[in-house]
Amino acid sequence: MTGELTGTAALVRLALRRDRWLIPAWVGFFVAIATFSATATVDLYPDESSRIAAANTINSTAALVALYGPIYDPTSLGALAMIKMTAVYAALLSVLMVILVVRHTRAEEETGRLELVGAGVVGRAAPLAAALLVVGGASALMGLLAAAGLAGAGLPISGSLVFGAGWAATGLCFAAVAAVAAQATTGGRAANGLGFMVIALAYMARAIGDLAEAGPGWLSWLSPIGWNQQIRAFAGDRWSVLVLPLAATALLMPASFALRRRRDLGSGLLRDQPGPAVGRLSSPIGLAWRLQRPLLLAWTAGSALLAFVMGSIAHNVAGLLDSPGMAKIIQQLGGEQGLTDAFLAAELGLFSTIVAAYGISAVARLGTEESAGHAEAVLATASPRIPWAASHWLLALAGVAWLLLVAGVTTGLGHALAVGDSSQVLRITVAALARIPAAWVLVGLVVAVWGVWPHATAVGWGAYAAFIVVAEFGQLWGLPRWVMDFSPFTHSPVLPGPDAKLAGIVWLTMVAGALLAGGSAAFRHRDLAG
Amino acid sequence: MVGLVKHFGRTKVLNELNLSVAQGEVHGFLGPNGAGKTTTLRILLGLLRADAGTMRLLGGDPWLDAVDLHRRLAYVPGDVALWPTLTGGEVIDLLGRLRGGLEPQRRASLIERFELDPTKKGRAYSKGNRQKVALVAALASDVELLLLDEPTSGLDPLMEEEFRHYINEVRGDGRTVLLSSHILSEVEALCDRVSIIRDGEVVESGTMAQLRHLARTTVSADLTTVPEGLADLPGVHDVVVQGQRITASVEARGMAPLMAAMSAGGVTAVTSAPPTLEELFLRYYQKAQP
Repeated sequence: MTGELTGTAALVRLALRRDRWLIPAWVGFFVAIATFSATATVDLYPDESSRIAAANTINSTAALVALYGPIYDPTSLGALAMIKMTAVYAALLSVLMVILVVRHTRAEEETGRLELVGAGVVGRAAPLAAALLVVGGASALMGLLAAAGLAGAGLPISGSLVFGAGWAATGLCFAAVAAVAAQATTGGRAANGLGFMVIALAYMARAIGDLAEAGPGWLSWLSPIGWNQQIRAFAGDRWSVLVLPLAATALLMPASFALRRRRDLGSGLLRDQPGPAVGRLSSPIGLAWRLQRPLLLAWTAGSALLAFVMGSIAHNVAGLLDSPGMAKIIQQLGGEQGLTDAFLAAELGLFSTIVAAYGISAVARLGTEESAGHAEAVLATASPRIPWAASHWLLALAGVAWLLLVAGVTTGLGHALAVGDSSQVLRITVAALARIPAAWVLVGLVVAVWGVWPHATAVGWGAYAAFIVVAEFGQLWGLPRWVMDFSPFTHSPVLPGPDAKLAGIVWLTMVAGALLAGGSAAFRHRDLAG
Repeated sequence: MVGLVKHFGRTKVLNELNLSVAQGEVHGFLGPNGAGKTTTLRILLGLLRADAGTMRLLGGDPWLDAVDLHRRLAYVPGDVALWPTLTGGEVIDLLGRLRGGLEPQRRASLIERFELDPTKKGRAYSKGNRQKVALVAALASDVELLLLDEPTSGLDPLMEEEFRHYINEVRGDGRTVLLSSHILSEVEALCDRVSIIRDGEVVESGTMAQLRHLARTTVSADLTTVPEGLADLPGVHDVVVQGQRITASVEARGMAPLMAAMSAGGVTAVTSAPPTLEELFLRYYQKAQP
């Protein structure tokens, strides 16, 4: 066993060298967001009565509970300040940890670089051990710095510490999930997908569990993200709950090493089957479809499931409200139907944001196809550049539209079944379709960046993260209107509901079209990277 | 192509490169790693754009007429990357159709000759088998020009032999081949003409006979008396005298004076070794080092 870990230290140094910007940037990002949220909340809610009012509003708004989870102590400043950090940002930092683990294990194996390394004096388990050490270190560092940031912002020390510990334990837990996923699949992309799916399921399970008054509240207790909420930092500081994510890690990590020992380098748990000897593909669009199909199918299944669940709980929203203050707001929003609509609109807005991530990852194939040398093979044939590029971005646009159609129909179905009104299906589907152009703008942005700088498609993810942060925190931080207006999601029509802003559809479509045209034209005039 | 210049950032990769390949010939393109061979081929394919210089490929402009030209040529990249989830057969058919169709009979015979299993997924192929997929995809099309970037790297000797047979058949059909290679015996066996590239410049170009003529012949002889001043003859270098025996490396122009001088001394035995391509190659490469 000791021999299997030989060389781990050298591989840790290699990983740190490769990630010397990535890890500090992301750790800094999460710590800064947590710290800013703390300071902004301190300024915004100086006395206890204003905090109780805000916390009660959140706890009685089902859309917010589904998104962020409830506030367990309405009087606590810290609990209010960290409302977005406990579930949403814990899920996002878990995404980062999955990416990091896969990047240093399965992705290295897939490209053959691990073969180069594995031929040296390096134990079989060393790459996995090194990846987990680096990611575990990054999680711990993030937790520690977040705790320091929160305490520095004036929140109670003990709550700050348990909050940081929760973040670190959640990150570690999903790093272990990724370590197992990396053994199961043969591709880095698939391993990432598997890891993200577990995160999405964990997030969804706690959303349902948190919403259910008397129903399946235990679902929250099946989810690592639910555990992070149940730690209840600043609202009881339950250190003992930390045992759950640590126990899960202690089970999953040895399992990943056991799986690694059982398989050959380069293989997964599933063996490759022989395929057809004669191909039917004959066009760039056929090729692009073949490459993008597995990802789209997985997303379709995931979106349909999530949307159906969200649709079927929408009508409960009004019933969850009991505070007299909220009754007034409901009246202003147009009665209980108005409140249900507001929930549905918020949910569809969330979907368009999630689906935009699909659009970005689908269209980012342009960059990976080019750097892998596949574009060279295709463009050395009689296939012109623009149709090749367009085959990928057209499929990304179509995929985005398809996923929002699926989300709209299934949300509508879930809601229609729950309230017994079949006309809801069409109404909600139309509302979902109105969200398509905003997600298209992100696809266009990636193409525009790639058209000029082929290796910079990650800028698309950066912009995406910035748009989400602006939408989440813009008002809390008092950002000026024009900054908020940068985000395409700000301009989407808010449907269903009375105040739709339909003009946004036209503007967003035009911007997306201009970005696609500009990016494609730039690509035609530049050297192929490779 | 005349006066081709290409920069990557501030590094000058091609420096006034001139290259001409005649129709119907197999042209060898030799050079050390990083000399600019692949860059030249990628410019010919319109994948990169030259910063300066003029060129014609099959009567067209490689950048502007890329698509039309690509119908008439096939390319084997130096580093073959296959889509991990597509089978070899699917890749061959896809690339063939994108080029405007391939000949099913030729495809079948090539797969047989190269002993390729077309049902395997791209990620399961070894380096040599990936190379075979790219070769079959390129050779199965009926095109006028083949651009091959180190096409036999990773192939076993039997497959290399098969490749040579095939290129000779291609030559018989009157098609043109530009073959970049490191394997000198392959170039010597296959190519009608050779261009040697170093640091982004073609330093020598010609038929094998012409290049040999430029290089020095190694002469060794046994003489009854060794005449004085052999080393001062023009075109005669590295003269070593060991008793009655001398060896020297001789340029073409030095051959006649040396022979005359040696005859005067009385020759008892003489051997002369023509320069191999290796020596030529080494001579040009070593110039790169100070």
